[in-house]
Amino acid sequence: MEPRSRSFYLLAAFFALFLLFLYGPTITIAILSFQGPSGGLTFPMNGTSFHWFRDLFEQQAVGDIWGSFRRSFALGLMVMVTTVVASVMGGLAFRKRFPGSTVVFYLIITSLVIPSILISLGVGLGFSQAGFEVHWSTSGFGAQLTWTLPFGLLIMFAVFNRFDKSYEEAARDLGATPWQTLRFVVLPIIGPSLIGVALFGFTLSYDEFARTLLTSGSYNTLPLEIFGMTTNVTTPVLYALGTLTTVFSLLMIGIFLLLAWASSRRKAKAGTDAGKGMV
Amino acid sequence: MDRLSKNNALSGLLMVSPLLAVLLIFLVLPIALIVVVSFWRATEFSIIPAFVWENYEFLFGSPVTYRVFFNTFKYALITWAITLTIGFTVAYFLAFHVRTLTWQIALFLICTIPFWTSNIIRMISWIPFLGRNGIANSALISWGVIDEPLDWLLFSDFAVILAFVHLYTLFMVVPIFNTMMRIDKSLIEAARDAGASGAQILWNVIIPLTKPGIMIGTIFVVTLVMGDFITVRFMSGSQSANVGRLISNDIALLQYPSASATAVVLLATVLIVIGILLRFVDIRKEL
Repeated sequence: MEPRSRSFYLLAAFFALFLLFLYGPTITIAILSFQGPSGGLTFPMNGTSFHWFRDLFEQQAVGDIWGSFRRSFALGLMVMVTTVVASVMGGLAFRKRFPGSTVVFYLIITSLVIPSILISLGVGLGFSQAGFEVHWSTSGFGAQLTWTLPFGLLIMFAVFNRFDKSYEEAARDLGATPWQTLRFVVLPIIGPSLIGVALFGFTLSYDEFARTLLTSGSYNTLPLEIFGMTTNVTTPVLYALGTLTTVFSLLMIGIFLLLAWASSRRKAKAGTDAGKGMV
Repeated sequence: MDRLSKNNALSGLLMVSPLLAVLLIFLVLPIALIVVVSFWRATEFSIIPAFVWENYEFLFGSPVTYRVFFNTFKYALITWAITLTIGFTVAYFLAFHVRTLTWQIALFLICTIPFWTSNIIRMISWIPFLGRNGIANSALISWGVIDEPLDWLLFSDFAVILAFVHLYTLFMVVPIFNTMMRIDKSLIEAARDAGASGAQILWNVIIPLTKPGIMIGTIFVVTLVMGDFITVRFMSGSQSANVGRLISNDIALLQYPSASATAVVLLATVLIVIGILLRFVDIRKEL
């Protein structure tokens, strides 16, 4: 191996600075959330305590954060399942030629690039004009799907672009029905990527703000609740909440990544080494 | 054979139908409604169906509009330039200087994890850094660089751009890294064998081959910044405005027709920009 060049060390230093920039602020508020009871929003630390975390568990101190957390969690799961199912079906559909596929593709791109506030405004207006009440599980749910589905579908495009069609042909030659081919050949192969789609679906929904703003009705989701707090809460309780939800996000990301890793290992194990031998 | 392709088309349509239903109800209909409402009339308490141009006349007749659109483009351009520089450098390091695939994936994941956490909290987390008594000011004072705390760190255009860069550089890193990983390494060897210097390889081989990734990243960053309203509101302390904030202010005042008219103009602007960018890249081929 050739020795590292000087540009490697320069770039590595730049990369380290980038990571510091990326994670530094979050780590700072994590530290500051352990402020003592008389501490403020910035350094120095006035002692350390769990005071602000304890505050979170007292209903009257802050708004309805546990209710909003439950709603965000439920909504995240709903969006996740819908995103996975609709993206896989959509991805499979785009492999066949169907009339209007170009239009659908451009709709997906529009959905991705449209300013979020337009979705919020439009869906909110639509529900009120049609006489429906906006609610996080109906209008909020749909508005978030316009953000998660394009990501899911683009991932599926990437997956199917790399998909070796000869597996399907082999299954067909062996007499498998289209459903059997899908169930026993295609889905197991793309399985680990579906976990990626699920991760996008859940986390993008869990953190979504702009599209839920006018579409969630009188019951806030967690990001809305947190944003409301920024205008009237001036104590480190804000940091404590931020730290807790970030830890929760990291846990979810960890679980998803672990699942993806485990399932790709299982896939590697279940596959044979046919064709990899003496050629 | 004809029946088979017909069958294929039908099952394709059937499978895309859930996706299409969501897009029709929650994308196409809302946009159509916004266009319709932008011609309506508003009183203080309600909106009245009509066909008047007054919302647009007011919008284009007000100097605020031009200032706010100018601001929006300014944010987009500056953020684009910074995220591109940082994103390209990071992706270049990961793709060409990190040697094993395991390390590449690990470092890449570390870069992407913040993307899956809350934007609001990532904005809040700048407060202890940038505030009047924040880390940046106390560090600069203790180093003797400044005598008085700087006021323009938090709640300023500087803070807005900083937050944009913090939130959206990822959208540059990911597509650029993706295209760089597909560059055939033998092309670079060939360039080196032919006597090209490092800078020449970067400029004449790597950058041209990375263009599709740069374009996709550009599309993401530009549309996210142009459509934003919450970062500008929070990080400028409501002192600066972009088009998104203009819309959200109108919404807060229940002036839906006027908000809709602004929204239509914003959407048209964004779509024109994207239309131009899409001429340079075929997204489906690049995934």
